[in-house]
Amino acid sequence: MIYLWAFLIGGAICVIGQLMFDVLALTPAHTMSTLVVAGAIADAFGLYDPLVKFAGAGASIPITSFGNSLVHGALTELEQEGWIGVVTGMFSLTSAGISSAIVFSFLAALVVRPKG
Amino acid sequence: MPVKTKRSGVKLRLDTLTPQDYEKLSKPFVPARPVFKNCVRAFFSGGLICVIGQGIQEAFMAIFGMTSKEAASPTVAVMILISVILTSFGVYDKMAQWAGAGTAVPVTGFANSMCSAALEHRAEGLVLGVGGNMFKLAGSVIVFGAVAAFVIGIIYAFLGLGGGH
Repeated sequence: MIYLWAFLIGGAICVIGQLMFDVLALTPAHTMSTLVVAGAIADAFGLYDPLVKFAGAGASIPITSFGNSLVHGALTELEQEGWIGVVTGMFSLTSAGISSAIVFSFLAALVVRPKG
Repeated sequence: MPVKTKRSGVKLRLDTLTPQDYEKLSKPFVPARPVFKNCVRAFFSGGLICVIGQGIQEAFMAIFGMTSKEAASPTVAVMILISVILTSFGVYDKMAQWAGAGTAVPVTGFANSMCSAALEHRAEGLVLGVGGNMFKLAGSVIVFGAVAAFVIGIIYAFLGLGGGH
C-alpha cells in the first residue's frame, strides 16, 4: 500500500514541478528553489512529517524533502543546543545527500571521458 | 552581422534585433507546450522513481533492521549513486528529455544537475572547472533552502517554541 501512495504523491509533486516549468515558464533553478522553500515552510507548520509517514519515499525522495530536512535539523538542534543549534543543526540531516552528491560527482568527473 | 532582405528592400539588421523583437518574430513558429502530455509523463516517471526509492528503503529496513528514519539517509545516498552512474553514461539526460520534471524534482535530479555540471566543465580543470561549477544549479537550491530554514529557525526561537519536532 505504501508503494501506491509513494507513486501517487511522488508523481503529484513532480506534476507540480512540471506545471511550474510549462505554465509559469520558470527555469529549473527557480522551480527547484521554490519547491525547497515550500518544503521548508510545510515543515515549519508540521505538515511534512505526516506526509512522509503517509507516502514514504513519495514524500522523502522529491526535492521538497530537502527543505523539510533543513528545517528539521535546525529545529531539533535549536531544542537541544539553544540558539546556535539553528546554524549547527541545519545540515545535520541533509548531510548524506549533499556529501554523497559531491563525492560521487567528483569521482565521476575523474573517471568519465567527456563526450563532445 | 547586418542582413539585407532583397524582397522588400528593407535592411533588417539582425545584430540590432532586441530580444523582444526576436520573441515577436519567432512566436508564430514556437509550438505550444503540450502541458497535459508533459504532466502525465512527469507523473509516471516521478512516481516510478519514488517507488524505486521506497523499494531501496524497505530493503535497508529488512536487511539491516533499520527504522524508516534511519534508512532515509542511506536510501538517498544509493539513489544519488544510481543517478550519478546513469548521468555518467548519458542515460539520465535522455530520460530527462522524455520525463521533464519527473526526473528533475526527485533527489536524483539534484545529483544529476551536480554531476552533469562536473562532467561538462571537466576540461577546465579540477579546481576551476569541476569544483567551481558543480553547484551551478544545485547551489540555488541549497542557498534558498538554508535561508528559509534559518528564518524559520529564528522565528521558532523567538516564539520560544523550541522545536517540538
